[in-house]
Amino acid sequence: MTSTATRPAAGETSGQAETGPGARPGTVPPAKRNVPDPAERARARKLQSRRTQARNWLLFVLLAGPNIALLIAFTYKPLLQSFYYSTLQWNIGSQRAINVGFRNYTDWLTDSTTPQVIGVTVVFTLATVGGGMVIGLGLALLLNQKLKLRGPARTIIVAPYVLSGVAVGLLWLFVFDPNFGIVAAVLGAIGLPSPAWYNDPQWALVMVIIVQLWKNVGYIALIYLAGLQAIQADVLEAAALDGAGPVRTFRRIILPLLGPTSFFLSVTTLLSSLQSFDIIQAMTKGGPLEGTTTMMYEIYREGFVAGRAGYSSAVATILFVVLIIVTLVQLRFVERKVHYS
Amino acid sequence: MMRRFPIGGYIALLVAVAAMVLPLVWMLLASFKGQTEIYSLPIQWLPSSFAPTNYSDALGVVPFGAFFVNSAITTVVGAGIKIILGLMTAYALVFIEVPFKKVFFAIVIFALLVPQQIVIIPNYTLVASLGWLNTYQGIIVPGLASAFGTFLFRQHFLSLPPSVLEAAALDGAGHLRRLWAFVVPMSTPTIAAVALVSVVTEWNEYLWPLLVVDRPNMMTLPIGLTLLQNTDGITNWGVLMAGTVLVTLPILIVFFVMQRKIVAGLTAGAVTG
Repeated sequence: MTSTATRPAAGETSGQAETGPGARPGTVPPAKRNVPDPAERARARKLQSRRTQARNWLLFVLLAGPNIALLIAFTYKPLLQSFYYSTLQWNIGSQRAINVGFRNYTDWLTDSTTPQVIGVTVVFTLATVGGGMVIGLGLALLLNQKLKLRGPARTIIVAPYVLSGVAVGLLWLFVFDPNFGIVAAVLGAIGLPSPAWYNDPQWALVMVIIVQLWKNVGYIALIYLAGLQAIQADVLEAAALDGAGPVRTFRRIILPLLGPTSFFLSVTTLLSSLQSFDIIQAMTKGGPLEGTTTMMYEIYREGFVAGRAGYSSAVATILFVVLIIVTLVQLRFVERKVHYS
Repeated sequence: MMRRFPIGGYIALLVAVAAMVLPLVWMLLASFKGQTEIYSLPIQWLPSSFAPTNYSDALGVVPFGAFFVNSAITTVVGAGIKIILGLMTAYALVFIEVPFKKVFFAIVIFALLVPQQIVIIPNYTLVASLGWLNTYQGIIVPGLASAFGTFLFRQHFLSLPPSVLEAAALDGAGHLRRLWAFVVPMSTPTIAAVALVSVVTEWNEYLWPLLVVDRPNMMTLPIGLTLLQNTDGITNWGVLMAGTVLVTLPILIVFFVMQRKIVAGLTAGAVTG
């Protein structure tokens, strides 16, 4: 990691980056503004002719324009369109659309499958975020010990994170095969029958949670490891001199110092779990009996399998609002809890 | 002071590594097994031969060569343009003085809050109306904009020594020359890290190409792989695992060769020092 101790402030403030609810909050160190002599700046600005101003604008548009145009065309405009579509009764590809106001929303809220979808989303998200953070931190603590071969071990533990979610889902589908997979063989060796991973909705949900954890836990461990390595050795030495045992040191010193890292990870893994699609599509297609249908999966299934684009857009809008609320709540929480950066 | 040999630590490390490696080994071994070896109880770990029958079957059933070419094209072009867009935008945001620059920075940052998954229906409708279904531009263009890359590049550019760029400006180097001849060479580690993470992401991209492509000869590897799953009623695990190996192996090789840079890219966004 690069040192960010000295950071020359450019003309603009980076206030947006620090307080804006960006998807990666907590990633920007507070920029130090060492503005040069104000009088000198004013003189320089007066000297800048109108022509240079125009040239700067032209260059700015030339360099930043294409990217910003793409963001507007494929992120902001479709976001607004999605709000609009959510008020339509409209099948994808169809010429006819009827404005139904908030009917799609009330339909979703009163649909008999909705409590189930919300339940699956909550369980899947909490299990993958909570489990991932706990296991990831454990792995990071392990990789931070002075063990031989910990470098190669770290590489292997991170490897699943870079693999295709579809490929991971398919290979685990075979690992979980109730008759011919490894899991069945291991359980059989200790005299247990294999759960019906493919046919029981609850076991199917456990299965996709395990696979999501397996794929992502290495990334969480990697980020925690970087956080651990940033803790100064003398802090830990002082704690040891004061007679603090390893458990006390961990609870009173390491965990609080990892606050910003935990915050960053909780936001990013929560957002990615809520948008998880590939593994569910490859393994269960939301089944059996909608036992693994999360809100994200419902958006896809309603929009592109059932073709109900308006209804799907309503679910997408609700999920978007949830994502924003989660991010804002976490930002408020972190303002109170974390003061270590 | 005597140091105890941390036997517990090594056992834990071994368990963690085994949990990561075993499923991958299982996939690799299964890709060489015949139907009878797959469907045998108790399970048979090693295949009787390493003849690549399943691989030739997989390549025969679906156009894997085309999948590979499509994945390579969309990954290289997509990640390449994305990096260039990110560099240009970050340079403009840091080094070119214009009013309302903060607004443009906000446009980039707030885009991070809008996942592509949320806007699939309007984007699909747009791409379909442009006649871009089953085309490379249909796969690539909607995900081309760089928000996170721009953000990281901007952070890096702010840490560059201004004296170098001032000297270049005094020597008469214009903005474009300053970008390509000074800023880019001073930023190669960051660019490499962001580029590698983009390559991995593009290669694994699934939902969007699944929506805009339904002709097998335009499919990328993750989409084409699922064709092996659906060819007939009963899953032919051997062939499916061979396909899975073909999809995962290239990225695993890239990862193990470049792991230092990829790890740097993954941690770049998180670590604030």
